[in-house]
Amino acid sequence: MTKSINITLNVWRQKSAGVKGGFETYHAANISTDMSFLEMIDVVNEQLTLDGRDPIAFDHDCREGICGMCGAVVNGRAHGPEEGTTLCQLHMRYFSNGDTIVIEPWRAKAFPILKDLAVDRSAFDEIIVAGGYISVNTGGAPDANAIPISQEIAEKAMDAAACIGCGACVASCPNASAMLFAGAKISQLALLPQGRPEAAQRALAMVRKMDELCFGNCSNERECEAECPKEISISNIARMNREFFKAGIGSAVM
Amino acid sequence: MLDAKIPSGPLSEKWDKHRFELKLVNPANKRKYNIIVVGTGLAGGSAAASLAELGYYVKNFCIQDSPRRAHSIADQGGINAAKNYQNDGDSIWRLFYDTIKGGDFRAREANVYRLAQVSNHIIDHCVAQGIPFAREYGGLLANRSFGGAQVSRTFYARGQTGQQLLLGAYSSLMRQVGAGQVTLFPRREMLDLVVINGQVRGVVVRNLVTGDIESHAADAVVMCTGGYGNVFYLSTNAMASNVSATYRAYKKGAFFANPCYTQIHPTCIPVHGTYQSKLTLMSESLRNDGRVWVPKATGDKRPPNQIPESERNYYLERKYPSFGNLVPRDVASRNAKAQCDMGKGVGETGFAVYLDFKDAIRRDGKDVIAQKYGNLFQMYEKITASNPYEDPMMIYPAIHYVMGGLWVDYNLMSTLPGLFVLGEANFSDHGANRLGASALMQGLADGYFVIPYTIGGYLAQMDHTEVTTDHSAFKEATQYVNEQTGKLLSINGKRTVDDFHRELGNILWEYCGMSRNDDGLLKARKLIQELREEFWKNALVPGLSEDFNQSLERAGRVADFLEFAELLVMDAFERKESCGGHFNEAHQTEEQEAMRDDENFCHVAAWEYKGDDTEPGRHKEPLVFENVELTQRSYK
Repeated sequence: MTKSINITLNVWRQKSAGVKGGFETYHAANISTDMSFLEMIDVVNEQLTLDGRDPIAFDHDCREGICGMCGAVVNGRAHGPEEGTTLCQLHMRYFSNGDTIVIEPWRAKAFPILKDLAVDRSAFDEIIVAGGYISVNTGGAPDANAIPISQEIAEKAMDAAACIGCGACVASCPNASAMLFAGAKISQLALLPQGRPEAAQRALAMVRKMDELCFGNCSNERECEAECPKEISISNIARMNREFFKAGIGSAVM
Repeated sequence: MLDAKIPSGPLSEKWDKHRFELKLVNPANKRKYNIIVVGTGLAGGSAAASLAELGYYVKNFCIQDSPRRAHSIADQGGINAAKNYQNDGDSIWRLFYDTIKGGDFRAREANVYRLAQVSNHIIDHCVAQGIPFAREYGGLLANRSFGGAQVSRTFYARGQTGQQLLLGAYSSLMRQVGAGQVTLFPRREMLDLVVINGQVRGVVVRNLVTGDIESHAADAVVMCTGGYGNVFYLSTNAMASNVSATYRAYKKGAFFANPCYTQIHPTCIPVHGTYQSKLTLMSESLRNDGRVWVPKATGDKRPPNQIPESERNYYLERKYPSFGNLVPRDVASRNAKAQCDMGKGVGETGFAVYLDFKDAIRRDGKDVIAQKYGNLFQMYEKITASNPYEDPMMIYPAIHYVMGGLWVDYNLMSTLPGLFVLGEANFSDHGANRLGASALMQGLADGYFVIPYTIGGYLAQMDHTEVTTDHSAFKEATQYVNEQTGKLLSINGKRTVDDFHRELGNILWEYCGMSRNDDGLLKARKLIQELREEFWKNALVPGLSEDFNQSLERAGRVADFLEFAELLVMDAFERKESCGGHFNEAHQTEEQEAMRDDENFCHVAAWEYKGDDTEPGRHKEPLVFENVELTQRSYK
């Protein structure tokens, strides 16, 4: 049932990358519980604009949970309190009248803040550049049914491929590790026969790139898995580690 | 004067013949050519990757923070191909015919045939890229059926086909970034096109982080900037989807074709408040088991389960006994609107109809229904907090896709030499209505398998005089962009940009949405003009230009929507027939179905910009059908 609630927001405001930021408090009145979290911020921003103040900058695009553009730490949890949900799909009915909600950007050395809640996640693109692909040019592929792939393998690959690259795994990890992100891509491609020829080199290159970009290591906290909006399993990290060690042992490419 | 450059000869041989006749660029010379690709969706990502693989040097721009986020990612359903893996009678010819008929005979035969021809290569390539398509127990690829076809030809990756195909194109693109063949420019918005000596030679973009206006020169520009559905404010498009790139190209001389062909999808989650920012699509497949109804009595506010059978109106089943709830998208949408306009709509706003699974659950059991639609029911519940196993869903139509776009010839080149337009941004393959699972197919066909050939034919014969960003044309474009930005920031009015956008959307939805008539269109045109005038006097755009300023971004887009909307309405007014997504009330059969006028309107309407204070010119490209017979659709 639709109702209206009044809430208080403590929002991280920061003008740009180099400057000091801090929390500011806003009161949001008559927020319909049918609103999405981002629509609630829209409403606050409309009011800030009319009041002659700078609206809160935040990234978002598809607003249906698939593009991976949105994300913020809400009351200490990446994408907020609801499991398996991106921030855009979180609804205000998860909050109560009188609540105070703390909203912060992803915090990780590899994701510098651009403004307010918007961060630079280009480090994720760099990890993919390092090897997150199968080296196939357009035009020369054999018939799509030439290599049968068992349903089980295809489904596992799809589980890993569901990653939306939002960065919640990094934001929730005490080490700011990107292992779940990289592990998902390495797993997807390592599981499929098409990805096997480059599997060793891919694992080495992507893991090295992660280190180079200042992402931390995995210490099995499992926060990434708990906060991942697509519920990607940390078994993908184990698979990545296997690929990495296999590639390393006696390999010339190490 | 509009020459589509369709090759001569039999339909099935045109593309082969044309590829042989196109001039080639010597492999060693390709590196001397710079190509700008704007957009990184299925069309842009695949084009940038494929051109780079050939050896061209590519600069690739996108509006999001990463090329992986373009809105192609949101497609749920699948991608068509004429593989005939199911042995059920599919063929290139059948896919061609279904697509041309689905488009209500308003697309070009030669383009659509080529699309069907290359569809099979797309699937091969995507599998080689590592896309985890759904498979049968034996390990071969699975297919499902989709609207508008009697064969099973749709390939899919769960409910995330668009995501997987886009990430495939993205991975190929990133491989080329690593190889140094592509330079990426994320968080950039194209704000102008630069034409020098009659050839498109670059773009001016705004860096959305710093606010810097940047100039980039090239030998050709490939625009893959998507559709303009957000002109309606509420749509299933992503928030940043806009018309600015294509509209500014139009103002530089590229013709805009068929802007009135907009597709409205019948099964979306209804609008629930003025704060709403977008609409979410629920897969059309739900209509296989759901029954659409409204209360018989006007203003009946009882909960659905308290309304007895005898007081429900299953209007689709009643009106269309043979197709029932499975009538095509446009018919289902128009009927829902008609019921709500009569005051029969349900929900808080009265703009919704029920989609009820009660009978299906009683017949097949909850488990069977959950297996078929579990993820959709879950998504619905997440958004609405209502359980569709217990209460009927509420749905309403929403803008979903646009068939109109920049006019292109068979080579996908616009009326401006050197400007190519791919994917939803062009107009070429879907006629007046797009069939399900065809958008992914077209985007990837254009990017992987058409542009790599046709752009060579252009580059090999263009005037290749070197152009740098020091050229006065870049300076003028930059100045124009800066002036526009300065104007927006200095209005300092009292209404937010979103508020204007919302009103524009309401005007279009009311008078140029599912059903159109001459009086309404004339009224809409006047309302749009008035709103535009008010916008430039009373909009409130906060902040600075040299900053990460999302309000300014939106203001620029809405300013363009306010101009483009008028073109859309004019195009709808001039097309005195009904076809596909364009329904003109004066042109319908006795059964209230769309009635084409093949004698007078079997053509593409391509609009030419002639200045802000001059009416645009309407050019015609006649559509010639040599291989199919034009028929009237019926769903009774």
